[in-house]
Amino acid sequence: MAEIQIKNVAKRFGAYQALHNINLTIADQEFMVLLGASGCGKTTLLRIICGLETATEGEVWIGGRRVDHLAPKDRGIAMVFQNYAVFPHLTVFENIGFGLRMQKLPDDEVKRRVERVAGLMHIEMLLKRYSGELSGGQRQRVAVARALAMEPDVILMDEPLSNLDALLRMEMRAELKGVLAESKTTAVYVTHDQVEAMSMADRISVMHQGKIVQAASPIEVYRNPAAEFVASFIGNPPMNFLQATSAGDGKWTVAGRVVDGPKGAGKPLQFAIRPEDMQPANEGLKARVRIVEPLGAHLLVTCDVDGAMFRAVLDSDMVVKPGEILTLAPQPDRVRWFDPETTLAVA
Amino acid sequence: MNARLLPYVLILPVTLFLCLFFLYPFVLVAKQAFTTGAGATLDNFREVVSYWKFPISLRNTLLLAVAVVPIQLALSLLMATMVTRMEKGRDMVLYIWTIPLGISDLAAGLIWLAIFEQSGFLNSMLHGVGIVDKPVNLLTFQNPGIVFVAIMLAEIWRATAIMLVILVAGIGLIPKEYYEAAEVFGASPWKRFLRITLPMLRPSLQTALVLRVIMAFEVFAVVAALGGTLFPVLMGETYAYQFDLLNSGAAAAMALIILAISIAATLVILRALRVPKRATI
Repeated sequence: MAEIQIKNVAKRFGAYQALHNINLTIADQEFMVLLGASGCGKTTLLRIICGLETATEGEVWIGGRRVDHLAPKDRGIAMVFQNYAVFPHLTVFENIGFGLRMQKLPDDEVKRRVERVAGLMHIEMLLKRYSGELSGGQRQRVAVARALAMEPDVILMDEPLSNLDALLRMEMRAELKGVLAESKTTAVYVTHDQVEAMSMADRISVMHQGKIVQAASPIEVYRNPAAEFVASFIGNPPMNFLQATSAGDGKWTVAGRVVDGPKGAGKPLQFAIRPEDMQPANEGLKARVRIVEPLGAHLLVTCDVDGAMFRAVLDSDMVVKPGEILTLAPQPDRVRWFDPETTLAVA
Repeated sequence: MNARLLPYVLILPVTLFLCLFFLYPFVLVAKQAFTTGAGATLDNFREVVSYWKFPISLRNTLLLAVAVVPIQLALSLLMATMVTRMEKGRDMVLYIWTIPLGISDLAAGLIWLAIFEQSGFLNSMLHGVGIVDKPVNLLTFQNPGIVFVAIMLAEIWRATAIMLVILVAGIGLIPKEYYEAAEVFGASPWKRFLRITLPMLRPSLQTALVLRVIMAFEVFAVVAALGGTLFPVLMGETYAYQFDLLNSGAAAAMALIILAISIAATLVILRALRVPKRATI
């Protein structure tokens, strides 16, 4: 059992506040992705869990044990580094066995474990090679195997796929997910790539400016973003936003049309809809087409609605030309509302 | 300009310079060493090797190298590790530690002579605190141990910095991630030094040791200042052949012997610290 609990963790570098009061519980065997743009604090949080960085405030618990004063090696963790950090002066075998050697395990045990994880990562034939003789993808496999060989409670990964080319990344993504699920370890995975996050995570913690904005399952984060930041960060293209003004109880005016919305009247809200959640119809938002991008699977149309940029993903069979006026009907159950003052979602 | 030819054209001036001022004199010295008035011969070598002072000066030179270089290696590694970990004032400390590099070896010898001679600082201090009644002459034939230690200290003080700067540069090239990975996988600071720093520092260690060992075999001015004739070394004997005995042939033979020892030591160091080609990044 290795549940991770992060309690009120804050980190300051001099005057710069990198993390603000982070609270997060990661369940045993959960695959948690920390997602955010660079500088949002996700790597700092990972390094605090790891022990390479010390929190200014707060506590870190792993498997019911407080670990924030322990050295990394005493936390039951292993880590995969962004640049792999595969030691160039050691063979692949000795790299994978490095942690086991440090634990002074007997030779036959080291051999057994190294061969097992090498098999898991399909690098048995590379064990006698040196890092300089490996491709980026192979080094990545060695780095993962080295972490797995420790049989840790928790595996921490810092953008492990960011240095691979796109095709290899897709392949490793699926493979890594499979291997980690099988190893039954808790995983914390840092990335700025939302596709990686969506495809691998059990849960995603979206981070922004040193705070966790939302921690939820990928589909929840996608469908019900807790804040405008999440809505605009996740999804490619991101969610569309339009100004909405109150038109009586539960009625809102959006781009000249009255739609149903949250109960109550008063200050303006943001109306939000994902580009793929719209259909051309007789009744709907009037959109002047600016740019048409045929993407094969579908058609990405950038338009102008009520003076705001607005994107729609339409069927690729549709014929749309710039300058045309489209009438787009949002799917009512996919419409979301945000408070422009707090930027948070409104039910 | 042909791109394949350009590198050779660019190194041409320095090659010519070296041929003119290094290779040519070297050939002359070699010729001098292997000839006497009677033609090609090994007589010069026979003469210098059979002289009674030769084994002593050879032994002293080697002994000094064996005593000084390992201490300097350990010290420079320690100092380099310390400097690397500093966040503030790093450059300042490095400058201060490398001051001896800017001082000629004779001056360094004289500084330490000022400490150890009869009216020197050490005697004044010992006398001042009452350990000795009157200043004693430490650097005499009766105290060969003290002479040796004084020379050792001066050499360590003078020439550790050259290794230090090479090692500091080398340590700076080791990516931080390797240390973090080693730490996460359970290596203590000492293990990180042994398993990461030392192996990855091999190219710098090679350079530092080769330079330092060659300097050790050429030791002269410091010994002359502190030991005079009490502590004969190979280079001192070479000087004596050339300028006291006016025997250029013998001096040339001595120079070649020192060169041979240096080359042998260099080969041993390069071999011992070689990085297998496959294990480089």
